[in-house]
Amino acid sequence: MRKLAEWQLALPLALAFASIFLAPLLMLVGVSFFNDDKITQPGFGQWAKFLGDPFSYKVIADTMLLGLKTVCATIVIGYPLALIYLDASPRLQKVLIFIIVMPLLLSVVVRTFAWIVVLGREGVVNTLLMQLGIISEPLRLLQTELGLVISLTQIEMPLMLLPLISVMSRLDPNLRDASSALGASRWRTLFKVIVPLSMPGLVAGCLLVFASSTTAFISQTVIGGVRLIYLPLLIWQQSLVVFNWPFAAVVSLTLLVSVLTVVSALSYLGRRSGGYVHG
Amino acid sequence: MGRRRSLADLSYTLVIGGLAALALLIIVAPVVIVLMTSFTEGRSLKFPPTGFSLQWYEALFDASKSRQIHRAVYNSLEVAAWSTGFGILFGSMASLGLARNRHQLARVADGLFMSPLVLPGLTFGLAALMYFTLIGFRPSLNLIIAGHMIVTVPFIIRTTSASISQLDPALNDSSQSLGASWLYTMRRVTLPLIAPGIFAGAFLAFMASIDNVPVSLFLSTARTDMLPIRMWGMMESTLDPRIAAVSGVLITAAFLLMLVMEWTVGLTRRMRE
Repeated sequence: MRKLAEWQLALPLALAFASIFLAPLLMLVGVSFFNDDKITQPGFGQWAKFLGDPFSYKVIADTMLLGLKTVCATIVIGYPLALIYLDASPRLQKVLIFIIVMPLLLSVVVRTFAWIVVLGREGVVNTLLMQLGIISEPLRLLQTELGLVISLTQIEMPLMLLPLISVMSRLDPNLRDASSALGASRWRTLFKVIVPLSMPGLVAGCLLVFASSTTAFISQTVIGGVRLIYLPLLIWQQSLVVFNWPFAAVVSLTLLVSVLTVVSALSYLGRRSGGYVHG
Repeated sequence: MGRRRSLADLSYTLVIGGLAALALLIIVAPVVIVLMTSFTEGRSLKFPPTGFSLQWYEALFDASKSRQIHRAVYNSLEVAAWSTGFGILFGSMASLGLARNRHQLARVADGLFMSPLVLPGLTFGLAALMYFTLIGFRPSLNLIIAGHMIVTVPFIIRTTSASISQLDPALNDSSQSLGASWLYTMRRVTLPLIAPGIFAGAFLAFMASIDNVPVSLFLSTARTDMLPIRMWGMMESTLDPRIAAVSGVLITAAFLLMLVMEWTVGLTRRMRE
């Protein structure tokens, strides 16, 4: 009797999820199979229109590439920071984790806005470069993919660092000492010991950063502008500007499928490399 | 050999140290720069800011000039409070019901409840808009509350389940073998022990709701404007310097909240787990 009562505690949330999570998603799938924006004629028209247009594939590829570039950038500068954290004194660790977590509590909009101030025509980067005499004209950093990737690197950084640090903190410090006592350089220790063992954290970080940066609507539209078109912008335009809901449904399902495909591929690779280490 | 090794170690220190310093710079600098810019005397957001004034903060706090922003702030706070409240209720109940259950169905339900974390928020936001509209609901804060509850409850479930899994089952058993009822054990033993976990999750859920874009983007209207959407509008049209003041307030709030959470429930420790 008690066992029965216990799982029943999950029922209210299960009902909420069924009615305001699963049902809307099913309806989204349903709406995507209507030809007209009044949602009266069922058919595959919108899917054919989207999948038959080469432009769609460019947008999908651009969106996925944006995610992958952001993932690479967060690894290149985030991983070293995690290594420094690992070697730091407990006091310094507390300061570092504070710095790392705080942006997470700061609105994405604020973090995006910060980059407008940094990258703008009269922003920090341009002012600095002009005063140093490196450039004479302000560089165009906003509304370029480079500017967007730089901004997303900062915006998504905590998502990479937290899982990394959580896994790295559990590594046995003796392993590193043993590797160095056996004559391995610090580079060799890094790539042969620390990286393989921190793989679960690295993979988890990549997944979070990828999923978040490919769907970062505000950063993409504000820093990327309207000339750089990614799937989220297309969804917004089609649903709230053009009011073609079936087409918007098609695009958002495409976003869902592409993100989940890359995410599962990444986690599959992660599991394989994890198996290599532990097996 | 020894010489080469020390050279390699030196390059390691330089490269890793340099990249880590770059990471710290990239994390911290924009926040500091926005704070400085918000005190500018000028009418634009160039850097370095010209002079020092509180004009944009005054404009922001002026009830008549910034009515729309105030409205959006109240809406955001109201939605965050309600969605977190429901999230605490439903989420901690679900965690208690499922955390120790090894049944297949319990794992499926757990996966379902956590799935909003991986699902692109825009997909759910659009789905919710279509669903609520097509079954005949008019846009309202209640719908936004429902949507936010779905996407923020995973935070509460995660921290609560972590606390439950650290509970010693013997506590439960001894309480019951001493004759305490299930409800009494829950009230006097289990809940006090997992309360910090629920609290930490609730904090994360509240912040996630305040910050939510994808659900609010689709479900909010001019009447039910939400702060992040309002701020997005302020950035999209002409770059309104009041947004620097809003950012300044939010940065300060995040900083203070972070300190409070660190002292009360050890937030950073929980987030690393």
